[in-house]
Amino acid sequence: MPLVKQGRLTTDLFVHVADGAELPGDGAVLVTAERFLADPEALLRRPGKLGVIWPNNRNLDELVPHLDRLASVALVFPTFRDGRAYSQARLLRERYGYDGELRATGQILRDQFVFMTRAGFDAFEVKKDADADAFAQTMKRYSVFYQPTGDGRVTALNRRMQLRHSESAGQ
Amino acid sequence: MYAYDELDRTLINERVSEFRDQVKRRLSGELTEDEFKILRLQNGVYLQLHAYMFRVAIPYGTLSSKQLRRLAHVARRYDRGYGHFTTRQNIQFNWIKLAELPDALADLAEVGIHAMQTSGNNMRNVTSDQWAGVAPGEIEDPRIWSELIRQHTTLHPEFSFLPRKFKIAITAAEHDRAAIKIHDIGLRLHKNADGETGFEVLVGGGLGRTPFIAKTIKPFVPGRDILSYIEAILRVYNQYGRRDNIYKARIKILVHELGIEKFAKEVEEEWKAMGDVGLTLDHTAIEEVRSRFSYPAYEKLPHMPDELKQAAHDKLFERWRKNSVSAHKVQGYSIVTLSLKPVGGPPGDATAEQMDAVADLADKYSFGEIRVGHEQNLALPHVAKRDLAQLFKALDRLGLATPNVNLVTDIIACPGLDYCSLANARSIPIAQELTRRFANHDTADLIGRLHINISGCINACGHHHVGHIGILGVEKNGEEFYQITIGGRADENAQMGTLIGPAVPYAEVADVIEDIVEAYLALRDRPEELFVDTVKRLGVEPFRERVYATR
Repeated sequence: MPLVKQGRLTTDLFVHVADGAELPGDGAVLVTAERFLADPEALLRRPGKLGVIWPNNRNLDELVPHLDRLASVALVFPTFRDGRAYSQARLLRERYGYDGELRATGQILRDQFVFMTRAGFDAFEVKKDADADAFAQTMKRYSVFYQPTGDGRVTALNRRMQLRHSESAGQ
Repeated sequence: MYAYDELDRTLINERVSEFRDQVKRRLSGELTEDEFKILRLQNGVYLQLHAYMFRVAIPYGTLSSKQLRRLAHVARRYDRGYGHFTTRQNIQFNWIKLAELPDALADLAEVGIHAMQTSGNNMRNVTSDQWAGVAPGEIEDPRIWSELIRQHTTLHPEFSFLPRKFKIAITAAEHDRAAIKIHDIGLRLHKNADGETGFEVLVGGGLGRTPFIAKTIKPFVPGRDILSYIEAILRVYNQYGRRDNIYKARIKILVHELGIEKFAKEVEEEWKAMGDVGLTLDHTAIEEVRSRFSYPAYEKLPHMPDELKQAAHDKLFERWRKNSVSAHKVQGYSIVTLSLKPVGGPPGDATAEQMDAVADLADKYSFGEIRVGHEQNLALPHVAKRDLAQLFKALDRLGLATPNVNLVTDIIACPGLDYCSLANARSIPIAQELTRRFANHDTADLIGRLHINISGCINACGHHHVGHIGILGVEKNGEEFYQITIGGRADENAQMGTLIGPAVPYAEVADVIEDIVEAYLALRDRPEELFVDTVKRLGVEPFRERVYATR
C-alpha cells in the first residue's frame, strides 16, 4: 500500500504487526491499541519507533498519557463513509497537542485528502496508486476554507475582515 | 439578498472541478459505483428509478431572478423542462444525465448556486423562514445567521462523514414557518432578559420511521457562540451516533437513547473543553456577513392605495388576495405566495417557462427577489400593494394564482413511486386526485386551513407525520395501501398525527379524506375552529367512526 507522507510518496518505515505475531527485534512497528495497552512500558522500552493503531470507537483518554512517547498514531477509516477518526484527529492535534505522525489508515481515497489534512493527518496509507500519485495535485483543489481548524489555514471570514481592514487603512 | 464575493465563487468553482474529476473517474471505471455513490451523494446526485436525480440547494429559500432564470435554463437544457421544489428549500431535476452533470453545475456556479451537501450523510442545506427579513415582528433577519452557518457547515473537514444526514433550520418569527421542531438542530432566534440576541437550541427532531419532536437542549446560546455550540453537538454526534444501523443513525436516536439531560451534559462538557478555537463570532464578523446582504430601497407608500381599492370589486382578485397575500413589515408592501399546487397538478412542480416568467415578475414587482418555502410554494417578498392587481393577472395567466395557499389542496407531497427508488406507493396521483375532489375554491375556503401531507414511504419526505392529515403509502401484498393520520402539525406547536385505523387501498384514499373533512365540518363548534383544533378537542375517535363505519 503506497504511503504518502508530508505530501510525498515515501517508503513506509513502519511494519504493521498483527496481535499475537512476534515483534521484530528492532525497527519501527505499528501495533494495535489492545496490544499496546496490555503492556505499554515494555513496548516503549523496545529499540525502534513505536506507533499505535487506535480504533475509531475507542475513547482517546487511554491514549493521551502516552502521546509524547509515540512516533505514530494511526487512526482508522473502516470505510470512507465512517468519519469518526476526523474528530479523533482534531482532538489529538488541537486539544492534546500531539505533534508526531498522524496516519490515516483504511479506505483512503484522494477525495478525503483535503479533509484529512485539515483535520491534522500528515501520513496516508492510500488504497490506490493513482490516488497516491495525485496527492499533490489533489491538495491544490481548494484555496478557500470556511472553517478554522488546527491546520492554520486562514478562513474566508478572516480573509474578508483582513481585506476590509487594509482597505479602510488605505483610505 | 446575500451577494457572493470572490471567495464564495472560487469555492463553488473548485467544488465543480472536484466533482468533474469524480464523474470522470467513475466513467473511466477508476471509481467503483460503491465509491462513487458516496461522492455523488455529497453533491446532490441520487440514482432514482428511471434516471439520476439532481438536487440543488436554495439556501434559506432566497433566490434572485437571475438565479431562478438559471434554474429554468438547467431544466430546459439538461432535463425535461421542469423542476420540483422540495420541502427543504431545494429544487430537484429528475432526468439528468451523469455525463452532463458537471456542465449543469458549472452553469449554476456562474450565478452562485450549488448542490453541495444536498444529500449524503453530512450537514444539509440550512433552511429558514421563507418570509425572513420581511415578516412583521421578526427579532432580526435569520438569514444572516443562516448564511454564517451555511458557510461553517460547507465542506466541513470534520463533519462530512456523519453517521447520517443532518439538517438545521432557523426561525426568528413568533410563528414557525421553518418547521424547526422536526430538524436535527432547530434554532429559534430570540432576545434574553438583557436584550442580547441568541438562540434557543433544539435537538433531535426528525420524521422517518421513528419520528421525534426536537427537545430544547439549551434555552439560550448567545449569537457569538452559536458556531462553537453547534460544533460541540456535532462532535458528540459524530463520535457516538450509531453507525451499525442506518435506521438508528440519526441524532434523534442518540438523544433518545441517552436522554436529553445526558446528551446535553455531554455537549456541555465538549463545549467547555473546546475553549477558544476561533469560532467565536465577534461583532465585526457578524457585521461582515450582514453587510453582504442587501435590502430593497422601499418607497414610502400608502397603506391602502387607490389601485387596491378599485381592484377590490373584482371577486376573483379579492379571493386570491385574501388567500395568498400576507402582511409585510413595511407599509404599502405585501408578501405574495405563488401556489405551485394547481388543480390536478403535481405539488411543487414548475416549468422552465413558469420559472422564467416568475423571474421577470420578480424584477418588475419584487426587487428581483424570490423565496421558496418548505410547503413547496414560491413567494415574491416585496410587492407594492398598488401592483397587486396587475401581478394577479400575470400570475393567473401563468397558472400560479390558485387561491389555495394553506387550504386543503395546498398539499405537500414527495415524488413517490413515480420517481423514487425508495417509495412503496405513489404520492403524486393521490395529491392530484385530492385537488380535483376539492377543486371548488368556495368549498376549500369553507373548510379553512388544512394541511395534507403525503409520503410514498416511511422515510417521510412528504412530512406526513406533521400534516393536519397525513397520508403514508405502504405496500401490502404487492399493492399500494395508505395509512391515514390526523392532528399532526409542524409549527411552533409541532406534534405527530395519530393513526385513525387500518390502511386503506389506493382507490379509496380520496373518499376517506372526503369523509374526514365532512366529519370535521359537522363536528367543528364554529367556522373559525380549524380542523387541527377540532381534532385536538375531540380526539380521533369521531373521525375513525365516520371513516370505518361503512368500510
